[in-house]
Amino acid sequence: MPITIPSIDFRVIMPEIVITLFACLVMLLEPFLSNQRKRILPHLSWVGVLIAAYFCLPLWNSNLSVWNGQALGDNLAVIFKFIFLVGTLLTILISHLKSSQPLGGEYYSLILFSTLGMMIMGSSSDLIVIFLGLEVMSIALYVLAGFNRTDLKSNESAMKYFLMGAFSTGFLLYGIALIYGTTGSTNLNSLVNSAYLTEPLFITGLGLLLVGLGFKVAAVPFHMWVPDVYEGAPTPITAFMAAGPKAAGFAALLRVFLIGLGPLSPTWITILWILAVLTMTLGNVFAIAQMNIKRMLAYSSIAHAGYILITVVAGGDVGVSSAVFYLLVYSLMTIGSFAVIIALGEKGEKNEELPDYRGLGLKYPLLGVFMAVFMVSLSGIPPTAGFVGKFYIFSAAVKNGYLGLAIIGVLNSLVSVYYYLRIVVIMFMQEAPSPVIIRQVSWSLQIALWLTTIGILGLGIFPDFLFEISKQSFIFSGR
Amino acid sequence: MEQWILTIVTFLPVVGILLLLPISKTNPNLIRGTALIISVLTFLFSLYLYFNFDSNTGDFQFVINIPWIQSLGISYFMGIDGISLFLILLTTFLTAVCILSSWTAITEKVKGFMISMLLLETGMIGVFVALDLFLFYVFWEAMLIPMYFLIGMWGGPRRIYATFKFVLFTMFGSLLMLVAIIALYFLYHSYTGVYTFSLLEMYKLVLPYGAQFWLFYAFALAFAIKVPLFPFHTWLPDAHVEAPTAGSVILAGVLLKMGTYGFLRFCLPLFPEAYQSAIPLISILALIGIIYGAMVSMMQKDVKSLVAYSSVSHLGFVMLGLFALNVEAVEGGILQMINHGISTGALFLLVGMIYERRHTRLIDDYGGVAKVMPIFAAFFMIIALSSIGLPGTNGFVGEFLIILGTFKSNIVYAVLAASGVILAAIYMLWMYQRVFFGKVSNPANEKLIDLNLREKLILVPLVILVFWIGLYPKPYLSKMEKSVETLFEFVDKKGQAYENFPEGTVISESYNVKQYSLK
Repeated sequence: MPITIPSIDFRVIMPEIVITLFACLVMLLEPFLSNQRKRILPHLSWVGVLIAAYFCLPLWNSNLSVWNGQALGDNLAVIFKFIFLVGTLLTILISHLKSSQPLGGEYYSLILFSTLGMMIMGSSSDLIVIFLGLEVMSIALYVLAGFNRTDLKSNESAMKYFLMGAFSTGFLLYGIALIYGTTGSTNLNSLVNSAYLTEPLFITGLGLLLVGLGFKVAAVPFHMWVPDVYEGAPTPITAFMAAGPKAAGFAALLRVFLIGLGPLSPTWITILWILAVLTMTLGNVFAIAQMNIKRMLAYSSIAHAGYILITVVAGGDVGVSSAVFYLLVYSLMTIGSFAVIIALGEKGEKNEELPDYRGLGLKYPLLGVFMAVFMVSLSGIPPTAGFVGKFYIFSAAVKNGYLGLAIIGVLNSLVSVYYYLRIVVIMFMQEAPSPVIIRQVSWSLQIALWLTTIGILGLGIFPDFLFEISKQSFIFSGR
Repeated sequence: MEQWILTIVTFLPVVGILLLLPISKTNPNLIRGTALIISVLTFLFSLYLYFNFDSNTGDFQFVINIPWIQSLGISYFMGIDGISLFLILLTTFLTAVCILSSWTAITEKVKGFMISMLLLETGMIGVFVALDLFLFYVFWEAMLIPMYFLIGMWGGPRRIYATFKFVLFTMFGSLLMLVAIIALYFLYHSYTGVYTFSLLEMYKLVLPYGAQFWLFYAFALAFAIKVPLFPFHTWLPDAHVEAPTAGSVILAGVLLKMGTYGFLRFCLPLFPEAYQSAIPLISILALIGIIYGAMVSMMQKDVKSLVAYSSVSHLGFVMLGLFALNVEAVEGGILQMINHGISTGALFLLVGMIYERRHTRLIDDYGGVAKVMPIFAAFFMIIALSSIGLPGTNGFVGEFLIILGTFKSNIVYAVLAASGVILAAIYMLWMYQRVFFGKVSNPANEKLIDLNLREKLILVPLVILVFWIGLYPKPYLSKMEKSVETLFEFVDKKGQAYENFPEGTVISESYNVKQYSLK
């Protein structure tokens, strides 16, 4: 009897293959290169990211699926891969490409591995594979969070992130196990059966799944780790964490809840509604009290997770497309603002307290304007992409009948205006007794700042292109 | 030209910013000069609108309508009628005046100041010309940022408190308006199956009362905060007093008018039944504003906050006129918006001029100024009288029309409003007497220098306008008459449709857009 080997279309996982190859290459080359030559490693990494992005392009509208849906090439997967790659590219750019002591190859290799995990997470309809991706992503991140070995805060950050993360993956895995116990499958497409709703095991499983993913996207009340971890981790990694893993968590959340469990929404919608409100409100209110800018942005990232949770509640095609739109825009805004923090903190000086920003806009107008654009965009004021994204989210909520959620959302962004614009006030309207001196901003950091600013203003004024793309992200396989 | 003129007027200041950017900050006069030329050019282009405006039609003119964000039905849709025409002229005129008036008052960070002014101008014009709700909202919000910088960077000692208060108050209203805009968008889709943000399409919607009620109040809150209608006025004295002179002029002259303009452009035609049911509430709040604002003005020790509170009172008149709902009162209301921009703008300029000399604005520090600065005193007198509404000045025409119209609809309101005119005379003349008459009690005032040529050049056009509108308002009223009539006809048409279909419907006709033959 001839054994038929199922034909596998490797195009679907080509981006992942490329990233894996480059991650291994960077790591393996590292010991063989002299310190001088090691400078090539970051360049190798971003080239890898671009090649992976190139291999994403033919997947658009292909709607491929291999291994029984364990790896998907649908539009949702492609656009999420793209978001992760943009985040990774910017992270590599803001990671001191030309500073006197280049970071080791393992740093870039770990970033690439983490990206690989995200890409796996965002493109599978199988819970086990999603879990696999999540672990690959997280373990690399635990190491990266503690990358400043000599810094106690960085150690604390890594330790906390690891313990909390391990704890949350425990929840996730337990949830998957319970769901498997009820349904006999880990495939999302087999979850849609209202008969399961009477099973307490299934409901418990769903709850645990939500807890696990809630940890990753930093939803309240699973957000406790965020401020400490964000504060302690090296700033480029904080930027990376705010953009990538959050998007990956939402990729999984959207797939599991909207696509897998969409028809069962009455069971979980109230819980997510409450989570969204709590996350927005707590994040914004706590951000007001922060004096450390990284902590402030950590709470702001919690608040933004809340806004994106609105899209999960709103659901439907607008829900998915507004989430995709906002996640990309958010990556630009948040990485941009962390890039400014890095520019201030180069050469060992930290300058992370709010008073350190006094007079920054007067002394370094360009840097001040960059930061002002990011802050205005984060607070959702036109003509920035942040406004368009929020507009899209709130219209998704109104369209699907969650007017109350939209109103709570806009009131929350009013609160956020206060603490974002306070940064602008500090930068432009206060004088510093001894202003921070910035010796030199590396060219890669400058490129990242320009790219994010142009992206934010460009998408704020001409968002049509991205709207069209994110609308098509609702074309996905399965069901 | 007809199609692009509004784009040119709106975005010319942004082009000016691009010219300003490369100029070195060691050459402030070049920066000032460039900004002035740009703002004067913008004003000249806006005059083109005035001279080519067709006053025989209530249609929207100089319309441009091209798709912008097609996937959401958002278009770059601009056009003006007789209501917005003068507000645009006022904006371009006052911006040029303000840039000239800041020549010596702003000596630090000149470039940033001019960039903020020009950006603000684009935002303000955009608000008045946008006929797409999304586009309108973008301008409405974007304009906050330059104003935020103007108050926060070049303002007085409590500027940071004032600027935060201003932004947070305004944002509170406008964010709820955003939700209302989105809700209106989906309501329109549920009736017609079409997604659009076009205001003229939205006008066709006849909504059931319940929906009108909520949407009206969401819009009205945003506009009432901007006007500011009592009790939402508390941001105004802080912002006006702390802002630099140019900022106060723009705030009082133009920004407040965005609120009243919003009531007329959005609230009335979109939600006519809710608008009518809100007449008692808003009229009473406007009356409280008129009287309360005047009383508080009377008690001020600082000239600038006196002028600031007088704005609350004057804008109360405008609101009363807009909610009397007849042609006289509404025309009076629109004219009074312009008048207030001219008179109060000029008062802030005058206060700024004397502040530059003495660095105090307290009434008690002055006395007998008329002896040392006779020209200044004469200008101040004319403007103060126009602010009071003396016959022969612009204020009289506006207030007369408003009170006349209000009298037709509600005698009690008209009588109460008339008392506001008397109160205005009291606070203005009393302040004038204490500052300008009597002996020069304070030796610091003895060596005050009278106005220089630049300052006269700023004030003369304003004084000309005061008398022109006061003695011969016809060119102004005739341009807006047809538009106001069209508005009322349209509201009547919607009212009939509402009576036939109280559960909501879509009417077939909206405003027309004037067509131009290709030359």
